[in-house]
Amino acid sequence: MFRSFRFRPTQLILAIVLMLVGSASLYYFSGRDVKVGTTDLTSLGLLIGGLVFYGGILVIVSMFENETVLSIALLLPSIVAVAIFVYGFIGWSIRVSLSQWQGLRPDYTWAGLSQYYNLFNNDPRFLIDVRNTAVFTVGFIVGCLVIGLGLAILLDQKLKGESLFRGIFLFPMSISFIASGVVWAWLMNPATGDRLTGINMIFHLLHLDFLINLWYTNPQPWGMAFTVIPAVWQLSGFTMALYLGGIRSISDDLREAARVDGATEFEIYRYIILPMLQPVTLSAVIILGHMSLKIFDLIVALGKQDIRLDVPGIYMWDTTFKANNYAQGAAIGVLMLVSVAILVVPYLVQNMRTETEI
Amino acid sequence: MNRRVATNVLFYLILIAFSIVFLLPIYLMMLTGFKPFNEVDLKTMWSLPTNGLHIENFIAGYQQLAPNLKNSLMMVIPEAILSSLLGSLNGYLLSKWKFRGSNLLFTLILFGMFIPYQSILIPLVMFMQYIQLYGDLPGLVLVHIIYGIPITTLIFRNYYAGISTEILEAGRIDGASLMGLYRYIMLPLSAPSFAVVIIWQFTQAWNEFLFAVILTNQSHWPVTVALNNLAGSQLVQWNVLMAATLLAALPTLLVYIFLGRFFLRGLMAGALKG
Repeated sequence: MFRSFRFRPTQLILAIVLMLVGSASLYYFSGRDVKVGTTDLTSLGLLIGGLVFYGGILVIVSMFENETVLSIALLLPSIVAVAIFVYGFIGWSIRVSLSQWQGLRPDYTWAGLSQYYNLFNNDPRFLIDVRNTAVFTVGFIVGCLVIGLGLAILLDQKLKGESLFRGIFLFPMSISFIASGVVWAWLMNPATGDRLTGINMIFHLLHLDFLINLWYTNPQPWGMAFTVIPAVWQLSGFTMALYLGGIRSISDDLREAARVDGATEFEIYRYIILPMLQPVTLSAVIILGHMSLKIFDLIVALGKQDIRLDVPGIYMWDTTFKANNYAQGAAIGVLMLVSVAILVVPYLVQNMRTETEI
Repeated sequence: MNRRVATNVLFYLILIAFSIVFLLPIYLMMLTGFKPFNEVDLKTMWSLPTNGLHIENFIAGYQQLAPNLKNSLMMVIPEAILSSLLGSLNGYLLSKWKFRGSNLLFTLILFGMFIPYQSILIPLVMFMQYIQLYGDLPGLVLVHIIYGIPITTLIFRNYYAGISTEILEAGRIDGASLMGLYRYIMLPLSAPSFAVVIIWQFTQAWNEFLFAVILTNQSHWPVTVALNNLAGSQLVQWNVLMAATLLAALPTLLVYIFLGRFFLRGLMAGALKG
């Protein structure tokens, strides 16, 4: 397996030093609680000690001149971390969702699929959540794609000030969903009459009173549709950037050739550019779709626990950490995962297949 | 030619109309923030301040959020640095030292970036309690680094895939080892993608809410959790809230304004290829 082994004394010394330091710190930290102020450093110390020790092992591995083994050994900490924190925890969550764990003390008594059955058959709140997520996802994706593509085509016209406009459309992306939700809750203030304010006030000042509306306090499901506005505000600029990147990567020769053949600008977009942007649309749908299926913080900040705007992410949070209904919380989490996996896994598999050939 | 001018005017009008809508929230935050307390009234939300600019709202907002801004900063800086280093190493190995199954491994890692964190939240909380990193910032940093592995690996892998293998082969003939090639050839070429990943991880961790609210206790709350709490409180005036929101958003806004170009370029490369 090992083609050759090159012995280097300096590396051996380094390896021994690293392993000694690593084991010393493991020994030091495992014996006691190390605290700086209120911060407990015991586990971090153990983690770092372990990594230093592993560094020593890596030095020894590198002396066997086999790059594949070394490469895997270097990746190992990340692989282990992802294996535990992603796959291990998903498995654990699934196990919790199949139990009857209610209350603070873990209870893994087998309950089969009863949590899932109850969510779909006896739980009006969960069904509202499913409908709300569907409304939000459709509105969010369509809004971002339409506005994003429109803005990208406008910015593709080589107008002056393009970079300024691009900056204006993109900056909301840098703001947190929480901050965005807080501001938009004031902008979309549903108060009417004397207490008119926010955007409704602007409509009034512009004599567009017929536009004044109740925003997200409208009857459902239309109220939910309004929660899409801040989300589209944040991510349509990102979608625009994706499309603009795609449009710019289409060679000018192609457009020139079409113009020579007598195509109008509209026809060039319709028959040449739009079909070539399909991969971009697919990427955008995957990115936006997985965000909207797990939307959480925006609704927390905007809806302030209004049950009409509830989504699975909030329900999971409530039922697990406020009502201590861990089994049900885990089941909601797993269902959220399934919805995202249906969207993302085919895309990832497809990507992997096409790459293996390169 | 006249038609061309007319369409251009139309395009500008549309772009300007969109710009106004996009800037409206920021305008409201600044407008409200700069008014003195006695001019703040929901009915005059959109009127300009009449007696010059005041900053007392910002001072009041800062007093509310100061400890949390510090918490966020102390969490975000080590997180961004460590996860970019880790991502760079992973990206290098998975793009230049492919082995049988390395693409499958990469895909399995990548899946971690799409999962809803609600699906791992219960085990995560139990695990963090067990290793006694629950409630404080180091634990949050660790969690952000681990769940950041997929995206940082993706961005670096895509970037390194664009660097020609010939340079590496030349270095190999000169006798450089796997780590030597990384240290002396790849790392010096990596500045652009480090910029992207550090900015991305900084923004993500600064803006993140779910892990922050679940894994930290009140004295270690990052700014997003504190802001959400402030917004739900009946004791805080909305003008102070607007100023506080702007302060909470300011670091990522500034990073975006000054470094956004790198960020976007790398992000698009990552998103389109990934």
